[in-house]
Amino acid sequence: MTLLILLGVPLVAALILAFVGERKLAPEINIFGSAATCAAGFMLALQVYEQGPMMAGGKFFFVDAFNVYLAVLTSFVSMTTAVFSRRYMRREVEHGRVGHVQMRFYHAMFQLFIFAMLLCLLTNNIGVLWIAMELATLSTVLLVSLYRTPTAIEAAWKYFILCGVGISQALFGTVLLYFAAEKVLGEGGEALLWTNLSQVSGQLEPTVLSLAFVFLMVGYGTKVGLVPLHNWLPDAHSEGPTPISAVLSGLLLNIALYALVRCKVLVDGATHSHQAGNIMMGFGLLSVLVAAFSLLRQKDIKRMFSYSSIEHMGITTFAFGLGGPIATFGALLHMLVHSLAKSAIFFTVGHASQMHRTQDMDKIRGLFKGNPLVGWGMMFGVMAIVGMPPFGIFTSEFLILTATIKDAPLLTPFLLLGLGVAFAGLFRKVQQMVSGDIPDNQRSLKVAHLPVLLHMGLVLIIGLYLPDFLSRWFHTAVELLK
Amino acid sequence: MNLQIAAQINSFLAAFVLLTAFAMLVQKRIYSLIHIFAWQGLLLSINTAIVGYVANKHHLYISSIMTLSLKVFVLPYILHVLVVRLKIRKEVETLVNIPMTMLIGLALVIFSYHLMAPVSELSHLITKSTLAIALATVLIGLLMMITRKHAVTQIIGFLAMENGLFFAATSATYGMPLVVELGVALDVLIAAFIFGIFFFHIHTTFDSLDVEQMAKLKEGD
Repeated sequence: MTLLILLGVPLVAALILAFVGERKLAPEINIFGSAATCAAGFMLALQVYEQGPMMAGGKFFFVDAFNVYLAVLTSFVSMTTAVFSRRYMRREVEHGRVGHVQMRFYHAMFQLFIFAMLLCLLTNNIGVLWIAMELATLSTVLLVSLYRTPTAIEAAWKYFILCGVGISQALFGTVLLYFAAEKVLGEGGEALLWTNLSQVSGQLEPTVLSLAFVFLMVGYGTKVGLVPLHNWLPDAHSEGPTPISAVLSGLLLNIALYALVRCKVLVDGATHSHQAGNIMMGFGLLSVLVAAFSLLRQKDIKRMFSYSSIEHMGITTFAFGLGGPIATFGALLHMLVHSLAKSAIFFTVGHASQMHRTQDMDKIRGLFKGNPLVGWGMMFGVMAIVGMPPFGIFTSEFLILTATIKDAPLLTPFLLLGLGVAFAGLFRKVQQMVSGDIPDNQRSLKVAHLPVLLHMGLVLIIGLYLPDFLSRWFHTAVELLK
Repeated sequence: MNLQIAAQINSFLAAFVLLTAFAMLVQKRIYSLIHIFAWQGLLLSINTAIVGYVANKHHLYISSIMTLSLKVFVLPYILHVLVVRLKIRKEVETLVNIPMTMLIGLALVIFSYHLMAPVSELSHLITKSTLAIALATVLIGLLMMITRKHAVTQIIGFLAMENGLFFAATSATYGMPLVVELGVALDVLIAAFIFGIFFFHIHTTFDSLDVEQMAKLKEGD
């Protein structure tokens, strides 16, 4: 029932918003819808926490510790993003960057996007998982091109084509998976259910599954933004509206990684080797290094932070690939804290670029003096994202590094190099922007305080003290992913 | 119907699917491309119906009808209308010359056979020999997307890839479960609307559908 509400609310909200359109209430309906989704998400989490994993809708939905925490995260970040976007998008309309028709579209698609992501997480059928992933792409394509500038259209086209191609490979992988599963489970929808597959994964044909994993890795890896399949990501993030950058970075990448990890568990069960994990480690490490060096050269503020997202998804993919209890625990924690910190950063970036009416970092100055919340928010956000204590990302990166030193000592220097370069690059750029006097092109703005404070507060709390229920939760998820 | 004959018809149709894939790879005129795409859809639809009949899988009839309506009528029609509305007459330039593209296509077919050989051996379905052709169709669609710099041809390449995937599902497992097939069809339909809107945006912004012009977003400048 809770599950039905969780999925139903965004879908209904999308329909309502498509009809309500440009009227004044639309942003409030958007917030209300997301808040209701978020409440349902917490309720569902509570149920799972008390009663353990459950299935619903005739095995069609499946909820366990792994996906329910991501569902809560998704609904929570989309709620705060809705709050942030209310004022932000209104100002974009005032600045004449978007028209009223686009705003109707924006709100409806935002809710549809949330629906698609939640469906991705909660479905038990890996075929439907693929469909929902494609739906999530399609619903955001036209949001990336919302401003209708030549560069925005170019970015959206790139996103559409590259992710379309990528995800097609994932469908081929899914077909192969079904091919192997059918032999064991018999034909029909039952053979694509994750719960059934994970029980019989030992009997699945290893050659077919390792081939399938290559296709799944390329497919979902494109959506995770792993190097060398990452080309769409910086463009889509920098040209789209900031709330969309925040949810793309904070949520969509996580969801794609979730899909990949679910598939990896099956492949590991079938092949009894570390092959899938090694592939993931390779892609992950390459992403960390390439992204860290690329972000040094960026001039556009949103582009820079999108490379930082690639870097962090690389770390998480690497950790999932490494496997073992510590690394998996670190990866799960990293998904959570990165998502919170990165979306908070994008909120402040959005404010900063609106204050200066540019995304060029050379023209953004004096944020501390101009608007303390934006300046300090960005400063703390960056401190968190580069992995400084006492923030939560320090904890997760520390865990991942410890596991790397233990299980793959030779790779540790490379990982550290990536982290160090990203640390230096981000700090150098951000320090320039926050300090100094207020430049002429800066305007003061009213900003939305709540989302940034809430996210950074949570990241800090997790860093200082990991709540008992959260750590128990992660332990359960680690058990599931063994 | 005799299984032996059915398997032969299946291979025969698969050969034609591959032929249409190559035809799309070399065709320069957009109208002809759309027509070939529709023919490919028709071949797939017939193939699916035959496999459904032989294997006694009734849900394949639904897939077959869906393919017929979507890929033979709806999508080519939408593309046709768009091409007429946007007055696209220019022949499509290719990035790599055509004989070279053909050779790469051939290499892809061999590669697909090599890759799929162990999988086909495990299969006991009558369609097992066509799995490699399905993968080849996917890869040729991909090649077409890479070598063509026109928005409409890229989309046709994308849809041809989707055809290949559908074909793969039919050959490997007699089709995916119906929920999945329906969902995929829905996604393709949504994608069709989106690229329709896109064509107009690109056309009004860049005054042509040549994707080459979209090269502003580069690294480190």
